[in-house]
Amino acid sequence: MWIKGGRVIDPATKKDAVADIEIEGGIIKDIRQSAKAAKKSECIDATGKWIIPGLIDMHVHFREPGFEYKEDILSGSMAAAAGGITTAVCMANTRPVNDNPSVTGHIMKKVSDAGIIRVLPVGAATKNMEGRELSEMGLMKKAGIVAVSDDGNPIESAAMMRRAMQYASTFGLILMSHCQDRTLSGKGVMNEGRLSSRLGLPGIPNIAEDVMVARDIMISAELGIPVHITHVSTHGSISAVRDAKKSGVPVTCDVTPHNLLLTEERVRTYDTNAKMYPPLRSEADRQALIDCLKNGTVDCIATDHAPHAKDEKDLDFDLAPFGVTGLQTLLPAILKLHYDCRIPLMNILAMVTINPARILGIEGGRIDKGGRADIAIVDPKAEWTLTEDMLVSKSKNSPFIGWKFKGRVTTTIAAGKVVYKA
Amino acid sequence: MNWPHKDLIGIADLEAEEITTIFDLAPNFKEISRRDIKKVPTLRGKTVVLIFYEASTRTRLSFEIAAKRLSADTVAISQTGSAFQKGETMMDAAKNIMAMMPDCIVMRYPYAGMLPRLAKELPCSVINAGDGYHEHPTQALLDMYSMREHFGALKGLNVVMVGDIMHSRVARSNVYGLKKMGARVTLVGPKTLMPPGIESWGAAVSTEFDPVIPDADVIMMLRIQKERIAEHLFPGDREYSSFYGLGKARVAMMKKDAVIMHPGPMNRGVEINSDAADSKRAIILDQVENGVAIRMALMYLCLGGSNVD
Ligand SMILES: [Zn+2]
Repeated sequence: MWIKGGRVIDPATKKDAVADIEIEGGIIKDIRQSAKAAKKSECIDATGKWIIPGLIDMHVHFREPGFEYKEDILSGSMAAAAGGITTAVCMANTRPVNDNPSVTGHIMKKVSDAGIIRVLPVGAATKNMEGRELSEMGLMKKAGIVAVSDDGNPIESAAMMRRAMQYASTFGLILMSHCQDRTLSGKGVMNEGRLSSRLGLPGIPNIAEDVMVARDIMISAELGIPVHITHVSTHGSISAVRDAKKSGVPVTCDVTPHNLLLTEERVRTYDTNAKMYPPLRSEADRQALIDCLKNGTVDCIATDHAPHAKDEKDLDFDLAPFGVTGLQTLLPAILKLHYDCRIPLMNILAMVTINPARILGIEGGRIDKGGRADIAIVDPKAEWTLTEDMLVSKSKNSPFIGWKFKGRVTTTIAAGKVVYKA
Repeated sequence: MNWPHKDLIGIADLEAEEITTIFDLAPNFKEISRRDIKKVPTLRGKTVVLIFYEASTRTRLSFEIAAKRLSADTVAISQTGSAFQKGETMMDAAKNIMAMMPDCIVMRYPYAGMLPRLAKELPCSVINAGDGYHEHPTQALLDMYSMREHFGALKGLNVVMVGDIMHSRVARSNVYGLKKMGARVTLVGPKTLMPPGIESWGAAVSTEFDPVIPDADVIMMLRIQKERIAEHLFPGDREYSSFYGLGKARVAMMKKDAVIMHPGPMNRGVEINSDAADSKRAIILDQVENGVAIRMALMYLCLGGSNVD
C-alpha cells in the first residue's frame, strides 16, 4: 500500500516534509521523497493532507468485561479509529477488575477478535483495586499489560503506594496514579469555589489532587522509580510536577483535552456531560496547564475516555456518574490548542504519539522505516461541527457536542490496514 | 398585573421591583387568612401539585394551605430518599406528572440543578420549595417580608445570619434578596460551616458572634443539623451553642428594637435557647403566618389569577 503526496509530520524523527510512504506486512517499508511512486498495489492520495503517526491515547475506559452496555472493546476500538487513534491504553476498572492474568487474557482475546486497533490493557495495581494487596503484576505483564493503576480507586495508603511502585518497576511497569484524596474530595461533584457554592453543588477542592501529587512525587523521588500522574488538573499539581522534573524526579504526567479547553463555567447549566473526575477547574488552573503544555512539563495528552449510558447521565448532577467521552475529539482538540495557544505542531503531536510510547515502553508512535504502520491522515482544512450522530462510541457523553473544530481525521491505518475512512 | 415569570427557581432571578411587587400584594392575602371564611376563588379550577422529595412538614403545609385558600385543587406527593434513582429518572417522573396537566408544580428536591431544568421543559409553573444547597426562595421572601413588616423597609437594615451558611439554601436566598433590597448582611459561623468563595457574596463575614450583636437589627439563627457533627464540621452541641447559640446573655446584648428570626424547625438548646425563641423579640411565628400570604401572592402572580377579593 502507498500513501502518496502527503505532508509527513513525525515528532519522533522530527520529519516534516512531503513524502510517499510504502507499507507492507503491517510495517512501514519505505519513505521516499514524493516523486512518481510506483503504480503497483493500492494507493491513497494524500495530497494536501497531513500524515501523522497513529495517535496513542494512554488513558481510556473500554468497559469490557462487565459494562458492555456503555462500551465494549469493539465499539471503543471503532471510535478510536475514527479519531485517528491506533493505540488505546485501557484502564482496569472493569467487572471483574483486570487484576489477574486471566482477565488480561480475556481482554487481549477480545482485542484480537475486534482486530481494529491495538488496545493495551493496564492492570490493577492492587487486587480488586482495593489498595490492600498487590496484584499479580508479573503474570499480567506476560499476558499483555503495559502499566499498572488503580485509577479511579486511588491508593490511599502511602505505604501501599510505595510498595506498588517498587513492585511494578521490578517488571518494568510504570504506575499511573490518579491523584485524589477522597477524604478531601468527599461528596464533591464539581470544582470547589464560588461557582459550586452559587450552584448549590458540593465542591471538590484543588487540594484533594495536590496533596496526592505531592505524596507520589516524594515517593518516586525517594525510590528513584518513575511514576506517571494521570489527568493533572490544577495549577498546584502541575507546578509540583514541573518543580519535581527540574530537580530530576522521574515523574511524567498527562492532561485531558477537556481540562485544557473547558472550565467549571461549563457546569453552570448543570449539564452532566460536564461532570468528570478531576472536575473542570477554574480559568487560572486551565491557564497553568496551558503554560505547562508550552514549557514541556506536560508529557502527554490523554482523553480519559469514560463512556456512560444516556440514562445514567440523565440523573441529577449529584447522582450522575463521573466521566466524558473523548476519542473522536482528541485530535481536533489538540489542533485547537495548536492554533489558539500557538503551540508548535511537533510539540503537541508528540504528546499523543511518541511521548506516551516512551513512557509506557511500547513500540509505535512514530513514522519510521521498519516501524509499525500506524498512521492517521488528517485534512487540516476541514471545518466541521461535532454532532451527537457523528460519535461512534456507544455512549455520547461528550462535552464538546456543538463545538466547531478545524482539522479532521480522514483515514486511519493500524498495523498497515485501513481501519477508518471518513 | 404584569408578572414576567412563569416560575420561581431562585431569588437570584428576581429584580428588586419584583420582590416589592410580591410584598405589596401580601397584606391582601394575609387579610384573607384572618377571615372567618378563608377562601377566595382566585385560582378556582387550577391544579397545584406539591412534590416533596425531602421531608418538610411546615413548608409543605404552608404551600398547601396557600393554594387551598386560593381555591386551587392540590395534590401532594411525598417521597423521601431516592426511589427515582432506581429506574425512573426525575425527568420521566416530571413528564408523567405533566401529562396530567397541572398548572403548578411546587417542589422540594434534595439536589441542585433539577428545578431549573424542569422549569425550562415544562409548560406549567414550577416553584422551588428548596433544592439541595441551592435556593429556598419562598423562605427568603417570607423572611424579608417579615423584616419589612416589622421595620417598614429593608434598605439599610443590618441582618446577621448565624450558623451553617455552607449547607443553607435559606442563607443563600436571603443573601441574594437582602442585598438586592439594600440591606447589609453579616454571616457568622465557624469556618468549617462557611462555603468556599464566601468573600464573593458581598456580605460581611465573621467567626465571632458577640461583636456583631449590638449593631444587628435582625438576628437570624439557622438550623444546625446533627449530621454536620457526624461529618466532623464542629465538635458538638455544647461547644456550638457556647459560641454560636442565641440565649439570654446574647439577647441582652441586642439593640432594643432588634428582632430574632429562625426559619424553623428549631433545635432548642443548640442554635437557640427558649429564652430567645420565646422572647418578645422573636418574630418566628410571624414568619410562619407570612409564609402563607407570601406563597398565596406568588401563586397568584405566577398562575395569573384574578379576583383577589
Ligand atoms: Zn482517573
